[in-house]
Amino acid sequence: MPADPVPLLDVRDLCVSVPANGSMIRLVENVSFCVNEAEIVGLVGESGSGKSVTAMALMGLIDSPGVQVSGSARFRGQELVGMAPRALRNLRGGDIAMIFQDPMTAFTPVYTIGWQIDEQIRAHERLSRRAARARTVQLLAEMGVPDPARTAQRYPHQLSGGLRQRAMIAMALSCNPTLLIADEPTTALDVTVQAQILDLLRGLRHSHGSSVLLITHDMGVVAQTCSRTLVLYSGRMAESGPTATLFARPAHPYTAALLDSIPPLYGTRPHRLPAIAGVPPTPQERPAGCAFGPRCAYVHATCLPAPPPLASIGAGQQAACVLPTEGKPLPPRATAQAMQP
Amino acid sequence: MTHPTPVLELRDVRKTYRLPHGQRLRAVDGISLRVMPGEMLGLVGESGCGKSTLGRCMLRLDDVSSGQVLFEGRDITTLSERKLRPLRPGMQMVFQNSTAALNPRRSIGDLLAEPLRVHPGPDGRRRAAATITARLHELMALVGLPASALARYPHAFSGGQRQRINIARALALSPRLVVADEPVSALDVSVQAQIVNLFAELRERLGLTYVFVAHDLAVVRQISTRVAVMYLGAIVECGGTDDVLHAPAHPYTAALIAAVPRPMVGAPPAMLLRGDVPSPVNRPAGCRFHTRCPQAQARCSAEEPQLRAIRPNHEVACHYPPGEENPPA
Amino acid sequence: MIAPLLRRLGQTLLVLFGVSVLVFAVFFATPGADPTARIAGRNASPQIMEKVRLEYGFDRALPVQYATMMKKLFITRDLASYADRGELVVPQILQAAPVTACLVCGAAFIWVGASIIMGTLAAAMKDTWVDRTLMMAGLVGISIPVFWLGQVANLVTQSRYHDTWLFSWVPGLGYVPFSEDPGGWFRALVIPWVVLAVMFIGIYSRVLRADLVALAGEDFMRTARAKGLSPTRVMLRHGLRTALVTFVSLFGLDFAQLVGGGALLTEVVFGLPGVGRLTYRALTNLDLPVIMATVMYSAIFVVVANAVVDMVYLLLDPRVRDAR
Repeated sequence: MPADPVPLLDVRDLCVSVPANGSMIRLVENVSFCVNEAEIVGLVGESGSGKSVTAMALMGLIDSPGVQVSGSARFRGQELVGMAPRALRNLRGGDIAMIFQDPMTAFTPVYTIGWQIDEQIRAHERLSRRAARARTVQLLAEMGVPDPARTAQRYPHQLSGGLRQRAMIAMALSCNPTLLIADEPTTALDVTVQAQILDLLRGLRHSHGSSVLLITHDMGVVAQTCSRTLVLYSGRMAESGPTATLFARPAHPYTAALLDSIPPLYGTRPHRLPAIAGVPPTPQERPAGCAFGPRCAYVHATCLPAPPPLASIGAGQQAACVLPTEGKPLPPRATAQAMQP
Repeated sequence: MTHPTPVLELRDVRKTYRLPHGQRLRAVDGISLRVMPGEMLGLVGESGCGKSTLGRCMLRLDDVSSGQVLFEGRDITTLSERKLRPLRPGMQMVFQNSTAALNPRRSIGDLLAEPLRVHPGPDGRRRAAATITARLHELMALVGLPASALARYPHAFSGGQRQRINIARALALSPRLVVADEPVSALDVSVQAQIVNLFAELRERLGLTYVFVAHDLAVVRQISTRVAVMYLGAIVECGGTDDVLHAPAHPYTAALIAAVPRPMVGAPPAMLLRGDVPSPVNRPAGCRFHTRCPQAQARCSAEEPQLRAIRPNHEVACHYPPGEENPPA
Repeated sequence: MIAPLLRRLGQTLLVLFGVSVLVFAVFFATPGADPTARIAGRNASPQIMEKVRLEYGFDRALPVQYATMMKKLFITRDLASYADRGELVVPQILQAAPVTACLVCGAAFIWVGASIIMGTLAAAMKDTWVDRTLMMAGLVGISIPVFWLGQVANLVTQSRYHDTWLFSWVPGLGYVPFSEDPGGWFRALVIPWVVLAVMFIGIYSRVLRADLVALAGEDFMRTARAKGLSPTRVMLRHGLRTALVTFVSLFGLDFAQLVGGGALLTEVVFGLPGVGRLTYRALTNLDLPVIMATVMYSAIFVVVANAVVDMVYLLLDPRVRDAR
């Protein structure tokens, strides 16, 4: 592993709280990670894990009243938390761009695709309409959109889901961002189209030199796309590390259980899936100790008083679990799935 | 050899929607299918392939445009709603959106008791209140919820628990056939596994016959004994789960399987299909898949392949399935 | 684009035919009432009754009566008011219509402008004192009856403070045609405009604010912000533009019913000889031909405006365009 240069994005102890019933509720608690140049980092978790909130907080896009963001997020050394709105706006869509889940609702319905991409270009660069449109058409072509000049003149509802998502990515790339935040970019798409879009995202590192922060709930998507992965559970970090290590030797029982509960597509079919009993706690009901404690097979007295600190396991892997420090790490996963082609 | 009566049989079922400008959307385009007792049929395909419409046609929740639907050997295609009603307890549906399917203003007990109150008991008479209460407790135990849940309202439950309640409601009248439309796709992975297990348990305990409508191949593989793959309103491949998923004979099935991102690092990259699914309004002539098929040949755009058996219990609608050196003339 | 427009035109004509039949049936084909007596007015002599009966064909079949009435309304335009000494009805309406049109267009200009500014401002500054003040003002505007507001305005500008420098420019009640004296026209109408607009400003600003606040939660608004656009641009080009679709449909109907005579109270209070005041006088005199004619006129306006709104919809919302 090469020595880490200064990361592109360096997030430390990010907390996001919203007021509810007179007290502040922490949606995201002490999340730290970094994204290097030309790297795809996955942010995984189930619904309510705080993965989308984390991304929105970085971009200053949470506008619910009374929201508090604390901690630090440095993008190329610039602090994003507490940055002046105008400066943050210049970064948004410029150096940091976003892609959203549902490309149907993510475009304004009354303007053409091309108009909306032109708008972003012209918001960040002094360019004539004609020059902006020329770049738009070129971007659409690069994203594999057939007949890009005509597609640019069409309205969002006239395009298929796959084309809309390609247009969304073209729009995100329009000002050559160094960081692309993709929030569930393929969740609303069919698998065959998802495969195309993931292929496109993987290629961006080479074609545009962009880093990607990929937010998803799908472990399969992470495995196929991300070099490093961060697992969130109930607003806290459960585990982070190189994707290959994380999938082969998960250090947090939640990661291991999550991987086990995915029905396999190859190999022997288990009689019953190893499901995790219960449901993740809501932020209000989060226990004082480890948030996964109530559902964990290994829970014991040490887990209960306070959240276990993030412990380094080696080779860039970290887990918020007491097991490794107690000298009882989880066994490596039985890689039955790896046997198949 | 005697053949048992299929629980459900479809004969050349079509469902066509009329659109403005005289266009027609052929959502279901000539499907024949048999579901035998105790079978768990997985109906897979991408959005817009007509799988959900077909699921509703099976239970006559939608009227079919042509063809026949037989439930336990009886033709229900044109039965009036009144004549259909005594058959309804035998066939039930579980929907994807667990929240929308439950009236938020009624308690769980009330919601579950309704079908029991409306339909007469096995003896043909109305069920007594005590019988209903006993049945409600039985149902709660069956789907793994505490009896105390009966007094609470839908909003008090998580998505997974609500889906358990929906399953309990579908099971209230002891159906023989359950059609489940994407029952786990709105759930988180860890909860999804619980519900998938519940379906398997229920089949073992109650001897149910299921039809699962789903887009997630891994879930379908875990649940079903037989799989039917749909593309643009028709079945392109059908057979035993392991046959279809391990040795797919239709290029579309193969592409669908290859496209699923596998939760393991270093898996070979997915084989990419070109483009999007064509619109069911103007579906391509010939083989409906030929516009995206990596192996398409001249014949594929001219002649529509029919579903034919390439092995016992494995049918495919392709002119050139892999492993067949001499394609039929 | 042409085919849907033609189809809509055909529908409009059909609706107009239906409305005219209905209006005719209500006034003239109601069983148990003699239409002759109604048209001739109160205390008409037997000779006049006979003349009316012949003129309108009330001794013949209903379809003939309907055809006669439509001919008199639209072709020969010689429908006459007996209560008003034989005055022709259609020219009366044609004379009154421009007055109403001037009144309503001016008011519409004010209320659309003011409500867009107020609604957008309130939505942009949601939950601040600006928002609360504007919305409270809107509520007050909705609650004030237009005739009361008109009377108060008259009281203040015509008598109480008329001699002060503030309101000495206000002319007496009544209408000045634009062709005679544009300045006088403006001075005569500016107060009625504001009075008529007040209620609509209230309704429209509140509706627009609610729409914009609801839209703020939409995915495409989040996308627009993520693109790095300024809050103003997000609000105007993405939010307001999308909200205009509902705004226009609301506006079309209100505008049409006002032009069709719905500004009656304002016209009466300010002594403007418009369609509303014509209807008002016809109603007090039970002048059936005039009532019939104004109702038809009003129906035409509402139906035509509806068609126009639909066409504007086609322009504003590409999704509607494709659904046709």
